[in-house]
Amino acid sequence: MKRSDLVIIGAGPAGMAAATTAAEHGLSVTLLDEQSRPGGQIYRDVDRAVEKRGGILGPDFGHGRTLTRALRESAVEHVTGAVVWSIEDGFRISYTKGGRAAQVAADRILLATGALERPMPVPGWTLPGVMTAGAAQILLKQSGVIARRAVLVGSGPLLYLIAAQMVRAGTPPLALVETQSRADLRRAARHAGGALRGWPYLAKGLKLMAEIARARVPRFTGATDIAIEGAGRAETVSFRSGGKSRRLVCDTVLLHHGVVPNTQAARSIGVAHRWNATQAAFSPVVDRWGITGVEGVYIAGDGAGIGGAEVAEVAGRLASLQIAAEAGRLSEAERDRLAAPLFRKKARDMAIRPFLDAAFPPATEALLPEDKTIICRCEEVTAGDIRRYAQMGSLGPNQTKAFGRPGMGPCQGRYCGLTVTAILSEANGQTPDETGYFRIRPPLKPVTLGELAAMETPQQDAAE
Amino acid sequence: MKTDSAFLELEDSPRVAVWFDGAELELPEGANLAAALLAAGVGVFRHTPVSSEPRGPFCMMGACFDCLVEIDGIVRQACMTEVVEGLRVSRPHGTGGEHEAE
Ligand code: FES
Repeated sequence: MKRSDLVIIGAGPAGMAAATTAAEHGLSVTLLDEQSRPGGQIYRDVDRAVEKRGGILGPDFGHGRTLTRALRESAVEHVTGAVVWSIEDGFRISYTKGGRAAQVAADRILLATGALERPMPVPGWTLPGVMTAGAAQILLKQSGVIARRAVLVGSGPLLYLIAAQMVRAGTPPLALVETQSRADLRRAARHAGGALRGWPYLAKGLKLMAEIARARVPRFTGATDIAIEGAGRAETVSFRSGGKSRRLVCDTVLLHHGVVPNTQAARSIGVAHRWNATQAAFSPVVDRWGITGVEGVYIAGDGAGIGGAEVAEVAGRLASLQIAAEAGRLSEAERDRLAAPLFRKKARDMAIRPFLDAAFPPATEALLPEDKTIICRCEEVTAGDIRRYAQMGSLGPNQTKAFGRPGMGPCQGRYCGLTVTAILSEANGQTPDETGYFRIRPPLKPVTLGELAAMETPQQDAAE
Repeated sequence: MKTDSAFLELEDSPRVAVWFDGAELELPEGANLAAALLAAGVGVFRHTPVSSEPRGPFCMMGACFDCLVEIDGIVRQACMTEVVEGLRVSRPHGTGGEHEAE
């Protein structure tokens, strides 16, 4: 089995920056990523996308190319199309690539698995034609594919970004249906100091909103009672806003109310997680270098708590400086000297967060959906089912599995886990930490018998 | 086919023949299969094993498994698959929880 000083999972900004930094300091690095080209979701396919449609995607996206270039020029072994399904002590990482399972061993592991869209269970969200706003971005970045008649629903800066990009592409969305209210904005004003420190970020956001306004895209705010309907696919979105009931006809509904750390891999190896009330999500417990409570395991980027692409890049570098120091490739003094400007940049980039979290809170009705709404897309479990399981004595998500199958489908709770925790917490009068989360076990992604059969055998390993 | 699609392709690129549930489609070579099918007007990729409800791509990043299709007897995520000439894709039958098709 191949062995590396460091295996990094995920080739987004954190993973790419960490990999190049670690390699610069002499560590052997294997970078495993599911996609065929580096970039993660935020810089998905950046090298090709910038050439073709950089004008639509904007300069922030183009920045990703500095990371992919550095990665190409480094000694990092970047394994593309690698779907990691198990991490074992010691460490042994198993993945599939091109229909075959394979393994790599490592002294240390850095998880840079990024974020997932916060689940937004509203009635009708499982209909074809309903996607996450992130999915729409990926379609645009990687494939140059854009929804002709889309309504954007939810809250948060990503909605404005995708709306502005659609405007630039000549296919503006039909409307923005926003769940945040004026009261949220007033609350956010308390964090104006941070917002001013994060002024460049804010200025960019205002520019996006101006682009959307110029294209005369209707905006509805404070939206509630959101429901998507259609015969076999999304055809309308209905909601209440400004005291009126409305119904918009469309082909595509793009949902978004923030992103949350993708904690699957970290949970599978026993990293402790805590509820982060400001971000309304669980985050792994890490220190400022990304060190977790599990020896040899580090986490950087949005997977350690949402900070965005620039923060992720910095966090990746910081983790690798620490790893290089631990591996004896760097003195602590040298580590600290290199880290100081990075910590300063991180603090600057994080300054805007309290403002954003307050201005664009998650949509309450999607955090605690009404009984009929499906919350587990895989196994079609409703919010009412979870409440019933609570009545029957389920205190935590794992106990619900005795009654139904929430979180047991192929997505392993990626799009229902937080909702199950929220509903149980409310029903049982517990905190999210008391309620806990699904236990995550390998395989993290499905692996077929054929893929396992094609794995290099242990005998071959022994002979190596 | 294209005019029925809820999606627009910003650029044109060389196409190859791919089969989806018996119908021949011309999809961009090397493209993301889920994106290419959406652009070709395919909205429903599968039906759920629990209640036969229609589903299509939701996350486009390999996390939701709603884009499952069957290729050569294996159920795979269309959003994690590339278009190659002659690909035979169909809606999976009765699976969703399991990866391997029967
Ligand atoms: S669309 Fe979610 S896994 Fe493919």
